[in-house]
Amino acid sequence: MEQLSGGDMIVRALEDEGVEYIFGYPGGAALHIYDAIFKADSVPHILVRHEQAATHAADGYARATGKPGVVLVTSGPGATNAITGIATAYMDSIPMVVISGQVQSHLIGEDAFQETDMVGISRPIVKHSFMVQRTQDIPSIIKKAFFIATTGRPGPVVVDVPKDLTHPEHKFDYDYPETVSMRSYQPSVKGHSGQVRKAARLLLNAKRPVIYAGGGVIQGEGSELLTDLARKLNYPVTNTLMGLGAYPATDRQFLGMLGMHGFYEANMAMHHSDVILAVGARFDDRVTNTVSKFCPGAKIIHIDVDPASIAKIVPVDLPIVGPVTTVLKDLDAQIDQHIAASDRVIPDVEAIAEWWAQIDSWRAAHGLWHGRRYGESDFIMPQDAIRALYEATRGEAYVTSDVGQHQMFAAQYYKFDYPRRWINSGGLGTMGFGLPAAMGIKLALPDAEVACVTGEGSIQMNIQELSTCAQYDVPVKIVNLRNNYLGMVKQWQDMQYDSRYSESHYASSLPDFVKLAEAYGHVGIQVKDKADLEPAMREAFAMKDRLVFLDIFVEPHEHVYPMHVAPSGAMKDMWLSKTERT
Amino acid sequence: MRRILSVLMENEPGALSRVVGLFSQRGYNIESLNVAPTTDHTLSRLTLTTPGDDLKVEQITKHLNKLVDVVKVVDLTEGAHVERDMLLVKVRAVGAQRDEVKRTTDIFRGQIVDVGPATYIVQLTGPIDKLDSFLAALGETEILEVVRSGVAGMARGEKILSV
Repeated sequence: MEQLSGGDMIVRALEDEGVEYIFGYPGGAALHIYDAIFKADSVPHILVRHEQAATHAADGYARATGKPGVVLVTSGPGATNAITGIATAYMDSIPMVVISGQVQSHLIGEDAFQETDMVGISRPIVKHSFMVQRTQDIPSIIKKAFFIATTGRPGPVVVDVPKDLTHPEHKFDYDYPETVSMRSYQPSVKGHSGQVRKAARLLLNAKRPVIYAGGGVIQGEGSELLTDLARKLNYPVTNTLMGLGAYPATDRQFLGMLGMHGFYEANMAMHHSDVILAVGARFDDRVTNTVSKFCPGAKIIHIDVDPASIAKIVPVDLPIVGPVTTVLKDLDAQIDQHIAASDRVIPDVEAIAEWWAQIDSWRAAHGLWHGRRYGESDFIMPQDAIRALYEATRGEAYVTSDVGQHQMFAAQYYKFDYPRRWINSGGLGTMGFGLPAAMGIKLALPDAEVACVTGEGSIQMNIQELSTCAQYDVPVKIVNLRNNYLGMVKQWQDMQYDSRYSESHYASSLPDFVKLAEAYGHVGIQVKDKADLEPAMREAFAMKDRLVFLDIFVEPHEHVYPMHVAPSGAMKDMWLSKTERT
Repeated sequence: MRRILSVLMENEPGALSRVVGLFSQRGYNIESLNVAPTTDHTLSRLTLTTPGDDLKVEQITKHLNKLVDVVKVVDLTEGAHVERDMLLVKVRAVGAQRDEVKRTTDIFRGQIVDVGPATYIVQLTGPIDKLDSFLAALGETEILEVVRSGVAGMARGEKILSV
């Protein structure tokens, strides 16, 4: 059997896993591993400029491809810098394997140079973690790490490796396991058939149904099945922020995003529904508004691979634990059987037609895509900037975002017709996510158009990655909606703090982003006039091989609407504009 | 209501911290905790008591089951079960109190396991309320130190918690 050092084993195991990229940053405790990477020259490594960006890049890669992202960092500050990105992946259930160097075994616990308890620090934000104790265990631990990260409800897994265990002179047998089985980890592979049968019956007897689909549908590769099911039944579908693209946005049956900044018709339909089919969604507080007032007349069917997500926030009438694919297939078969066996027409065509008439009247009244629902300004309106992006990319782009107003405008106005195209930090809400995530996607899919929608606040949180993009020639497009404020903070300060802009204003200190982009060897374009918006957008995307930073000056005082009335509002209670309430 | 959860988990470093961490992270309480390896040394058995209604305990159980190191979880309070907590209490034992403590200990079927010139250590096992009653029954006796093992428990009859 082949004898390898611990460092070689790690690289070989990544190769055996079919890893395409390692995103990382070297340092003392990881140097044996880095030397092994150099010698093997098998798995490309992307050197970021900050470990947080490594995790976001791996995360973006994973979200766009469905394959696990891989990160390699050193001990101490390398490990702690990765924490925000691990937490981001954890909140959104993204498969990721993070290998962190650790000080030598005999120094652990002695406050050694660059020592930190990585397993301890990351514990609440990982799906699982391993501290390697013997070099011989490295292959099986890495196999388990990938298995755990990618199965069940996916998530990040940390593997912490003390430096001495990767020493080049200490060699052991290397045999990468083909399969893995763990008595303590057996994710569900199928939903309970009795529950699925009941769900089919409940769903078919609905008069005012809504399908509420979340990020789990995308992660679980259930988009196509869900779309087919919805079309078969002619039921309306709403997607969560994480679920955008799970159902095609331009389809007639799509109600738009729901929740705090969700579409009027989506929130109204949810509130007035009698049956909700929740798939891979988790009733987040940004969706439900006041939980005690959540959808009072609705019976809820909840499909999720994670039993702990079911009935966590909202009581559920019909829980089904299982992967979306098998459950939706089983549900579809049950629906066919029920329809065939029924002596009357189900679903009730008249009731559903009436329900659609109601939904259409909501759409006509306040639907975001039915008429212009925002004002005019001398500045470019941020919504128009997103629409221009949509046009310039024909709705085909992979769009990452940072966090804030620009994120909500992108979610509202870019119509995502495909899963895995809308890539944002929905759960943790991590500013600085967008650029490194875009980098990871562009590396994975070099022919795709990748845009990072950001603001001048967020982009500065990981702007150093312009350098990484220069090194590896990663021509993403940055769409900076510049309003000179921390926009979402300002919006809340306008609404709740009498416009006292506590620490949300920094206009005088902002860099010239065009020059900054140019300093890194990229292209910068400033857009101030409305007339320049569309041409600039087209120009940027025409430069296939260049990173282009579009610095778009937008209306500084615009707010994101609709917005749930809080506290104590229900799903249906929304501010539609600064002055208009439902 | 107080629940007794019994958890079978991998006897791995860090496994206990994951369980304890889960409780603090999700805002659940642990009233008592008891953990030791089983006859199968790859497994540890952990028993903990926690206050909570059905909904909360269901969530706790689900989250415990999600931990990769956890093999099985049962809520012993759902059925007939045996629960035992062990108490060691050091009391001031001088004058009339020496006899009084001895009598109370006998009534509760405890044992005096250490006799000093002015102190006793009393050992008592039983369900939590029995131990609580004993401490209350000590009355005027000065309690110097108390240590309890935390509840350990098993379901009665044929129900077995194993891999």
